[in-house]
Amino acid sequence: MSSLNSKLQDLLGWVDARFPLTASWKSHVSEYYAPKNFNFWYFFGSLALLVLVIQIVTGIFLVMHFKPDASLNASGVPVAFASVEYIMRDVPWGWLIRYMHSTGASAFFVVIYLHMFRGLLYGSYRKPRELIWLFGMGIFLCLMGEAFFGYLLPWGQMSFWGAQVIVNLFSAIPIIGPDLSVWLRGDYVVGDATLNRFFAFHVIAMPLVLLGLVAAHLLALHEVGSNNPDGVEIKKKKGADGIPLDGIPFHPYYTVKDIVGVVVFLFAFSIVVFFMPEGGGYFLEFNNFDPADPLKTPSHIAPVWYFTPYYSLLRAVTFPLFGIDAKFWGVVAMGAGVVVFAFLPWLDRSPVKSIRYRGPITKVMLTLFVITFFILGFLGTKSPSYAFFGAIPGAPVAQILSVFYFLFFLTMPIWSSLDRCQPEPDRVTDK
Amino acid sequence: MSSEDTVDCGRRRLLVATATAGGVAGVAAAVPFVASMLPSERAKAAGAPVEADISKLAPGQMMTVEWRGKPVWIINRTPEMLATLRKVDDKVSDPKSDKPMQPEYCKNENRSIKPEIMVTVGICTHLGCSPIDKFKTGAESGVEADWPGGFLCPCHGSTFDFAGRVYKSKPAPDNLEVPPHVYLSETKILIGEDKKA
Repeated sequence: MSSLNSKLQDLLGWVDARFPLTASWKSHVSEYYAPKNFNFWYFFGSLALLVLVIQIVTGIFLVMHFKPDASLNASGVPVAFASVEYIMRDVPWGWLIRYMHSTGASAFFVVIYLHMFRGLLYGSYRKPRELIWLFGMGIFLCLMGEAFFGYLLPWGQMSFWGAQVIVNLFSAIPIIGPDLSVWLRGDYVVGDATLNRFFAFHVIAMPLVLLGLVAAHLLALHEVGSNNPDGVEIKKKKGADGIPLDGIPFHPYYTVKDIVGVVVFLFAFSIVVFFMPEGGGYFLEFNNFDPADPLKTPSHIAPVWYFTPYYSLLRAVTFPLFGIDAKFWGVVAMGAGVVVFAFLPWLDRSPVKSIRYRGPITKVMLTLFVITFFILGFLGTKSPSYAFFGAIPGAPVAQILSVFYFLFFLTMPIWSSLDRCQPEPDRVTDK
Repeated sequence: MSSEDTVDCGRRRLLVATATAGGVAGVAAAVPFVASMLPSERAKAAGAPVEADISKLAPGQMMTVEWRGKPVWIINRTPEMLATLRKVDDKVSDPKSDKPMQPEYCKNENRSIKPEIMVTVGICTHLGCSPIDKFKTGAESGVEADWPGGFLCPCHGSTFDFAGRVYKSKPAPDNLEVPPHVYLSETKILIGEDKKA
């Protein structure tokens, strides 16, 4: 036994002389000192990584059976659509792998939105973590791209018309727009060329960029160290050994803690996969069980839930501005609604980071923003003529809330510096 | 020691020239990749005109034919339907069809060659959904109480009259496109070509 152990030690020594294996393990895991006061909100980073792994593994196995082909087979069904049905019915366990992948898409956004909200709560984007936040925004954009490209692949009605609408968004750009959208589609309509290139983006291009950004996100995090619910820098108070007094090694402390999060997450994930994979029409939209028909738009189309807040922003602009169509400004509002998060590190002027020591204005504004985000998201799943309780029309509500959505960010430099903050503690608290 | 003392300007110039040449080559190498995403020759060739037989199209009915992968509607409008067009002239955003969304020979009050037969691409000019026919009038249509009949886009709520003219204050910026078309006989329409020559 001991001779085996010493042989393994020798092997490790051989590797370490050629590759920084032990050194990397130490600097990123066993001697990466994270604040000891992480709470519930700190589960979502590692869960995002877990979902990424689920998506990549299930994706590889789906690609083995999926065919990105829009032509009709002998029974008159598009080959891509038929190959998804084949995965569901004929491939052993194919239904499970596909439902894991489709549920994983929604789970990814649940986890990422909670992860981002954590950043808002505790000011995790503030100096010196601006680049972590920007890499994270890059990941968020890639994820939206992944979701959008992936949604076309089953070649159902929602796939087709969703892609039709989103690609046409680009045609709203003055002068180059129409040519740009033809270039994106590779045809004058969404067709086989579009399906093939979206497949290439979904399985090769976007995942590669995504993995690179995840690596950059983690490297930047491990360079500056994690923020925490108190928003104070643990590196300011170090012991004689040079280790932050409030820091504990990521492994075993947070690996073990994160396993608890993983178990709870997998419970919820399994419930959806096995008992409600369609998520009531929010995770898999019912119209997508019909094959794509370029001649007929479904009577109600809406994006998947994670895009609906921005979709509401898009629809809120119904008037032309500066002589350019409403369509263009809707696209601008939608894009700005996503990208505006990237500016948070420079919009937030509060002297303290964490919500724990920030004043009432911040708490009220953040609460209103979350409510706004939810209502916009809800309205985005409804038709433009929707009315709350059949009485309050949704469209003007969405317009008012869209204005607040942007006011939250644009006025942040003012209200975040006006707010009455409490002094931050020197060290993290045990709350 | 300042950098000027140590920089060999001749080599620096060579470096700049090499980097520039390399950059130009890099951009040039990207051209084939970007261009490969344009519509292929096959996709370009697929836009052949299609023939539609309207002999069985009764007044008040519409039919859909596929042209270049898009739905083209042919609507046989009744005199009542045509009468609604004049009533909504002040409610539509481009009543006289001033924007070039139709061939010259359809730039008239009905946006058609024959007054009753409307030919239009059934793709909303907003974001490309296909509007739904709402031919019933009034509240029964589910659109609005004084709805005179026409089309409703399910995606963002744009509405169009029986000539494909978009109503004001709707997301769609333009009237529905009228494709080039020509009557081969009383009951046959060729869509996609108008034999101007």
